Amino acid sequence: MTPRPHPARAALARGLTRRRVSRRTALGLTGLSAAGLALSACGVQGQGGNQPAAEDFWAGKESNGRLDFANWPLYMDPGKPELAAFTEETGIRVDYDEAIQDNPTFFGKIQPMLAQGEPIGYDLIVLTNGIELTKLIELGYLAPLDHDRLPNFAENAGRIYKHTAYDSGNRHTVPYASGITGIAYNPDYVDREITAIADLWDPAFEGKVGMMADPQELANFGLLRIGVAPADSTEEDWAAAADALEEQRDLGLVRRYYSQDYIQPLSSGDIWMSMAWSGDIFQQNAEQGTNLRFVVPEEGGTLWSDNMMIPYTAPNPVDAIMLMDFLYDAEVAADLTEYITYIPPVPRARDILARRAEEAEGEERELLEQVVGSPLVFPSEADYDKLHNYVSVTTENEESFSPLFLAVSQS
Amino acid sequence: MAATTAAEAAPGRRPAGRRGRLAPYLLVLPGWLWLAVFFVAPIASVVSMSLMTGSLTAGFTFTFETANYTRALGLYWEQILRSLAYGGLATLLCIALGYPVAYWIAFHGGAYKSTYLLLVLLPFFVSFVLRTVSWGFILADNGIVLGTLKDLGVLPGDAGVLNSAPAVVFGLAYNFLPFMVLPIYAVLERMDHRVVEAAHDLYAGRLQAFARVVLPMSLPGVFAGVIMTFIPTSADYVNATILGGTHNTMVGKVIETQYLVNNAYPLAAAITVVLMAVLLAGIFAYARALGTEQVMEVQAG
Repeated sequence: MTPRPHPARAALARGLTRRRVSRRTALGLTGLSAAGLALSACGVQGQGGNQPAAEDFWAGKESNGRLDFANWPLYMDPGKPELAAFTEETGIRVDYDEAIQDNPTFFGKIQPMLAQGEPIGYDLIVLTNGIELTKLIELGYLAPLDHDRLPNFAENAGRIYKHTAYDSGNRHTVPYASGITGIAYNPDYVDREITAIADLWDPAFEGKVGMMADPQELANFGLLRIGVAPADSTEEDWAAAADALEEQRDLGLVRRYYSQDYIQPLSSGDIWMSMAWSGDIFQQNAEQGTNLRFVVPEEGGTLWSDNMMIPYTAPNPVDAIMLMDFLYDAEVAADLTEYITYIPPVPRARDILARRAEEAEGEERELLEQVVGSPLVFPSEADYDKLHNYVSVTTENEESFSPLFLAVSQS
Repeated sequence: MAATTAAEAAPGRRPAGRRGRLAPYLLVLPGWLWLAVFFVAPIASVVSMSLMTGSLTAGFTFTFETANYTRALGLYWEQILRSLAYGGLATLLCIALGYPVAYWIAFHGGAYKSTYLLLVLLPFFVSFVLRTVSWGFILADNGIVLGTLKDLGVLPGDAGVLNSAPAVVFGLAYNFLPFMVLPIYAVLERMDHRVVEAAHDLYAGRLQAFARVVLPMSLPGVFAGVIMTFIPTSADYVNATILGGTHNTMVGKVIETQYLVNNAYPLAAAITVVLMAVLLAGIFAYARALGTEQVMEVQAG
């Protein structure tokens, strides 16, 4: 057995280049790809949904003994033990590339190639549920999954991951890892327990509240605030939610709308509470020794997933779907979780990690117990009951959705 | 050796004919091509994009959709005006801070002029974004600056600088200061010091000599500095995103979001064209006010 990298150290490295670090980033080169897109857009043709049936797609396809896998940075143990095990079991070689920095940029990169019907250089990619993923599905750019080839998924995936709002029945995607958007607060500054989204509207915290800039995340919290489940919301609800969020902003409560960089100001006291992602808080506490609290609010939080999918132009789809299913092996899922500390779509991973914790000793055991015991990595049933799906934004209603909430955050 | 080469080459040389007359145009051709490819083509494509309708899924078609412009102005006039205001304030701050620095280096820098210039440029060795993020740490409510002042009782406990308009303007001025210092320095450095002596000989005091001789002669440098700071600061969105709070959004951020998050290319292109037009109009008005001769001087310099 190869020496396993120390989980804390791995998590630290990941914390430094936080996995979501460049999500929706305002910085970097994202503008360039947009400019490129715009240039090429002069002659952009509409891409209708040409969705082949699963049988037609998979007919005659065979394993080629290799595949290219594009994932987010530090979203797998750097030693890639999972991929080594896959190669050992199947003889299929995997070229792994941490090519995805954020959803819009990656979408911008692959969209022109998919529109031309060309391979994008990857057989398996990972994107978050959201507008880009919805577009990929609607444009017919994703291979329909053949569930006869996904026995591990059928057996091990949690119920909630089989009934997602964005891809019900997992016709094109299966989750890689999930997280919760809830509220994090710093008990050094907040002297009472924070339990609800309503607390983010409490005038006592004037100028000390952080909200997320992402239109979908922001909309979810606005909707939950006015008592509407995001997945069932109508356009009228969106307007009402935007009003509530604007009221919160204009009362001077919100200090800033953060893209992903809310952890530092939350730890140092610039803001006292913020919308937050569960994995970020777990890592910050584990690595920096901070005492941040994360709660799933009474009104509810949201569950997001990063999903694996196969582009319809992939040259090695059979190898890709085999790897997809391999990652749903409970032992493999446990390995992954131990490293990435986000929620695995395989609930049994918890028992396996608990067993490993019993067998381990010292610091390793402590860390494993921390992961197993964390409601951020393994939410309780009660927490799951409070978790909502996202608003389903499609290309049709996007134009009435995003501007509403961008007007809130980009005042 | 050189003489023999020239002698050997001489018989082959033709008298200046048609080719000779064409030579300057041929020499300038790469420059024009460069401008055509990297300036004219993008602008033409942005302008045509701004008159299209459609979506990423349905495709974009040219429909001469002027409504994009009414939408751009109606929705984002506030961000556009704010960007100009922040850019203008940052530029003024740059003049106020940068002119004395340039003056001092040019007239009192002595043998160490290039060292001082290097110091001015040194921050450029670190990424723009990183430097801006660092200010976020430095100016945090309980960070090294505010935290210390609060501990000393100088500031009340709830004082804060970050996520406000002053923080954004300060960040802009900080990031673009060298663009103001360098052109002013370049003009002051070339100035003939004897004209200052002449002013003194004519009984001008130090202030008078500065106000009536040095300052007017350095205006072309200030003009160049203003162009080099005002345009990028007005279009910048990094500072507003990192150091700003609510009601601090600048138009660059809006354009970025419309392109990337909304894929609303025509609207984004329309805002871009409006911003470019406003900036160009401003620059021309400014050039007219200062006198075109000085503008030409800057271009020549």
